[in-house]
This record gives sequence, structure tokens and C-alpha cells, in this order.
Amino acid sequence: MKKVITGNQAVAYGVMLSHVQVISAYPITPQTTIVEELSELCAHGRLRAKFIKVESEHSAMAAVIGASTGGVRVFTATSSHGLAYMHEMLHWASGARVPIVMVNVNRALGPGWNIWSDQSDSLSQRDTGWVQLYCENNQEVLDTILQAYPIAETVKLPVMVVLDAFVLSHTSEPVDIPGMEEIEGFLPEYTPPYVIDTDEPMGFSLLTTPEHYFEFRYKIHKAMDQVPEVARTVDKEFRARFSRGYGPVERYGAEEPEVALITSGTVTSTSRIVLRERVAKGERVSGIKVKRFRPFPSAEIREVLRGAKKVAVIDRNLSAGVGGIFAQELKASLYPHEPRPTIFGFVSGLGGRDITPQLIDEAIQYTQDHDQPEQDILWLGLKK
Amino acid sequence: MKKVEIPPSENLGHGHVACAGCGAAIGMRFALKALGKKAVMVIPASCWSIIPGSWPYSGIKIPVVHAGFVTGGATATGIRAALDVRGDQETVVTVWAGDGATFDIGFQSLSGAAERNEDILYICNDNEAYMNTGTQRSSATPCFAWTTTTPAEQPKENRKKDMMAIMADHRIPYGATASVAYPEDFFQKMEKAKKIRGTRFIHLFSPCPPGWKTPSELTVKLARLAVRSRVFPLYEVEGGRTYTLHEEPRTVPVRDYLRLQGRFSHLTDREIEAFQDMVDEEWEHLLRRARCESKQA
Repeated sequence: MKKVITGNQAVAYGVMLSHVQVISAYPITPQTTIVEELSELCAHGRLRAKFIKVESEHSAMAAVIGASTGGVRVFTATSSHGLAYMHEMLHWASGARVPIVMVNVNRALGPGWNIWSDQSDSLSQRDTGWVQLYCENNQEVLDTILQAYPIAETVKLPVMVVLDAFVLSHTSEPVDIPGMEEIEGFLPEYTPPYVIDTDEPMGFSLLTTPEHYFEFRYKIHKAMDQVPEVARTVDKEFRARFSRGYGPVERYGAEEPEVALITSGTVTSTSRIVLRERVAKGERVSGIKVKRFRPFPSAEIREVLRGAKKVAVIDRNLSAGVGGIFAQELKASLYPHEPRPTIFGFVSGLGGRDITPQLIDEAIQYTQDHDQPEQDILWLGLKK
Repeated sequence: MKKVEIPPSENLGHGHVACAGCGAAIGMRFALKALGKKAVMVIPASCWSIIPGSWPYSGIKIPVVHAGFVTGGATATGIRAALDVRGDQETVVTVWAGDGATFDIGFQSLSGAAERNEDILYICNDNEAYMNTGTQRSSATPCFAWTTTTPAEQPKENRKKDMMAIMADHRIPYGATASVAYPEDFFQKMEKAKKIRGTRFIHLFSPCPPGWKTPSELTVKLARLAVRSRVFPLYEVEGGRTYTLHEEPRTVPVRDYLRLQGRFSHLTDREIEAFQDMVDEEWEHLLRRARCESKQA
């Protein structure tokens, strides 16, 4: 059934279709309408979940960790300061190996107060042991939530599904919503191997000495290593059912690029328009959409970059003192492999400033015109 | 107090690593006896994160979920929700938290759970400072007390937070103070709390020999003197309204309680008098509150 819905409504449908059993969340702009939609769905019995209206994001994450340990499927959503406030518990969730799915609506961090799109919130959680999946449109938001649960529950790691503030969260687009009967069987019932059981008492998250801690962390990394294969299998089944799907990266534009443009989130949609015109003129430019940030799809990116001499990266985020975070990850993942393309790291659109087709075009033109970037960080759209 | 049968069976195993004379070990032992097998214990960061032993061993014979420092109320809320969804209404979701995790850093999470009247039993083991990190002041530390962050030359200037009053004002169905020196009373309150639905809060007074600089054999005596000197009165509050003062304490001067403790050894006579005045004033306030609220109810 096709409906015109916002990204946040798409989230709520995804949660409903995933038969989530416990939700715990705290409102924050621009995530708020997710909380409202889910409250409505629960109140009307369309989603048979217990919704705990907690007093903070920190408690939201603690409550879903508790509920997941109790053996049920859980969901939460947040944004920006809410995500930062949860930070401690993000580590706890991956350490406790609970398959939580959380939506984060990308929003800038204050001060100054700013509610608009910026990836610095989710990217500053990159070392917390969460899988991170970025979405380009509302259909992808819905589908990514449906895929996130089987991934999380197979590898026993939490998954963060990320969408841009307002550009997706509050913008309506046609979305194909699977019926309950179509989704039936895609996501098996959640049956965790270890659960709170008074007949078989065990301890969870015990004190762990240097004798054992290291191996637990190693196992979290090995679980991350499983994600690409598990995600591929999940996506394959999803494609078989719904005739659409998503890889960790997607290349569009020229087949054998000289210059590649790497983006994530909704900037990719704008880039598609810009590149279409350039490719039509015969330019060997291709775009690469990075959907999965953790685990970072290094091999897949190397594959689609094959032959490209220069790579422009547009980051709507900033690690002050270093630059854009996608660019840094890309440099680190390409460094061990010859030949190394030259990376042009653009930072743009912080705090929700529009990344216009003109700016994207400017970035491509600059990359084509220069053998090397003139600065480590190329500021795109910065006022003089 | 009437005689109470406490079951001889233990839900706490041998070999825990609590200090000699640890009030929290006595308290946990009796709490587990009262809870029986159909219970879950949530433990935010505290001495009891360490005491049961390290992975893969645990001395607590019911399911234990260790939790972030701040998260006692919220973690228990989530577990309760999961058990409800699974159709298990019977298992008692219990929190065992220190005074730091209750009065200070975990207060928001507890207050949220209490306001929602979550069906949990929350025990605050109050030893009046951050003992797991080596005795730093908390908002449960009494006025004038020495801690490592309130040295004797500049001891704590502020009174202890009245946690029971705050919890009572959440209008939770059941709140009670208890003491490790009165295990029958504590056991009875646990039994009563177990049968009630909604948020139940037990404030358990629990001396800490290394933190209080007291000999380990004085733990029970000190806990008893705290009650008898009215430093820590035993009472129940039902629905935030109905007060039951359990024992009109046979009063002893506060001096008798203070002088046994190294953490108060620097106190001058004037300070001891001031301490006595505060205790008397708090007692009067409790009586007023009990009479006033009970009349309204």
C-alpha cells in the first residue's frame, strides 16, 4: 500500500511491522513525531507494545537495555542532545549484546541551539559498538528498520538507523508500506539465547576482570565482522519479497569514474541530480552513497572506487581539528591499498545550512580542477 | 516488635568479597531471604557490583542484572515491562542501590520510575557516602562528617537529604525505613512490600566500617544506636499519606552514637550539640508530618 508519509511516520510503520514489544523514548525535536505516532499506535492497539514514557533519554536507553535483557524486542528513538545524553548507555548496550534498534534523527548539537540537520551527533557515537545505517529517503527509512531487526538479532549488537532532520523526518514522500501479511515470516520471533529466568538464574553484565574483559571486546568486534554477510543475506530476502533493496554502498553515474563523489543521507539525492547532468555531458564522474558507516564498508568502497584518481567527500559533520568524519574514515580505509586516490575532504551544511546543487557542483568542479586539495579541509558554502 | 520467622535457607552464596562487618552484606542477605526465588535483582554501580564476585561467578542465587550507575529505576522499569509482556506478573523486580545511586546521580531515574508508579521494589542501601570509591561525600552524608572530600578541617556543611520524605511525596504506595540492626523489622517490611503493586521504596540504614572508621564488630551496635538516638527513625509511609512510626525510640543522646565513629572524632562539643539540635528538629518535623498527613488521609 502506497501512502504519502513523513520520515518519522515511516519509522513508526517500521516499528509496527517489526512487532516491537517494548518501546521507551523521550521527545526531542525533530524526533518528537516518532514518539507521538508510536503513542497513537499503542493507544489504539495497532501496535501491541508497552510504551514506557521515561523522564530522559538516558533512562530511555537504560529501560530498553533492561527490557531486551528481559527477552523482548525493543525500540527507541532520539536525536542530537538526546543521543549525546545516552552516550554511556550506548556503550552499555553493545557491551551487554542487546539487539536494540534505535532511530537517530540527525540534528546539530548546541550551543547555539540548532534543531537542523547535521551528522555530528551520530558520528560522535562511532566507537560505541553500534551498527550505523544512514538513509536517503523515507522508503529507505521504513525498509532499513525492517532490515535492522534481523541484523541486530543475528549478530547480537544494537543498530542505529539514521535519517536527516526535517529533510526526511518532516518531509512527506510516497512510501510503499508492506502489509502485515507481506512481512509475515521475514522477521522471526525474538528468541534470545540468554534471558532473565528465575528457574535458571544467571548474572548479566557482571564485574569482568582483565582476565576476561579483553575477550569480550574481541567478540564484539567479531560480531561486527559478521554484519556485512548477515546484512547481505537479510537484504537478499528483502529484495525477493519487495523487489527493492540496499547495499552498504551504492554507485551511480559513470561506470568507470575518474572522479568520485562520496555522500551519505539526503545529500545523495541532490548529488544524483548534479551528476546526471555531468554524466550526460560525457564526464567520467560517479557518485557513491555510503549507507553503512559501522562497520565501515572499506572493501565495498574500494571496489566501487576502482580506477578513480580523485575522490571528493562531502561531510555534513565536523570533528574540529581534523575535518569531516566520513573523509577521515575513508582515508584510513584506503591508505593500506595501492593505488591510493587523492581525497578531497569537503565540509558543508553544518547546522542544517542547505547543501545546494550549486555547492555540490562546485565541489566536483574543484576536484576536477586540482591535482591536490589546497587545504586539508575544503569549506563548502562557508561565508567569507 | 513481635517475633518473626526468617527462613534458614540462603539465597546468598559463600565467598562474597564484602569487608568484615559490612552492613550491606547483612542487608543483602536478609533482602534475598525475604525475596525468595521469584525475584530479579538490579544492581547499579555500588559495592554490590563487586561483592558477588567476578564473571563467570556470582554469589547471588537469583537472576542479577548489573546496571549503569544512574539507571536503577530505568533498568528495573524495562525489565518489569519485559516480564509483563511475557506474562510474568509474579517475579518481583528489585533494585539494590547505594545512597549515591539513589540520593544523587540516579535520583532522576528513580524519581521518574516512582512518578510512573512502576511496579518495582527499590532498596537503597544507605551507608552515607560513596564507599565503593573510598568514602567521598554524598548528599546522604550527615552534617559535620569526615569523608575524603570533606576532610576534618573542612567537614560537610550541609544536612543529609531527607530521601524518605521525597519518595513519600511521589505518593508511592509504600515506603519504609529499615536498619540492618533490626532484621526482623526489615524482613517484615520486605514481606509487606512484596505483596504491594507499584513503586515500593525501602531506605535501609547500613554502617560501613572502613568508611565510618569504626571497628567491624560495632556495625550492628551503631545501626541500633542510630535508631535509638533518632538519627535514623524507623517508620513506614503508605500512599505518601499514612505514617506508622514503628518504634518510639528509647532515646540515647546523639553523642553516644557519634563518639564511637572515627568520621566524627573531630567534632567539638558545640558541634555535637548542634548535631543533637538537628536530630531533635528532624524528629519533630517527622512527627508533625506523620500527624498532619495521617489526619488528612
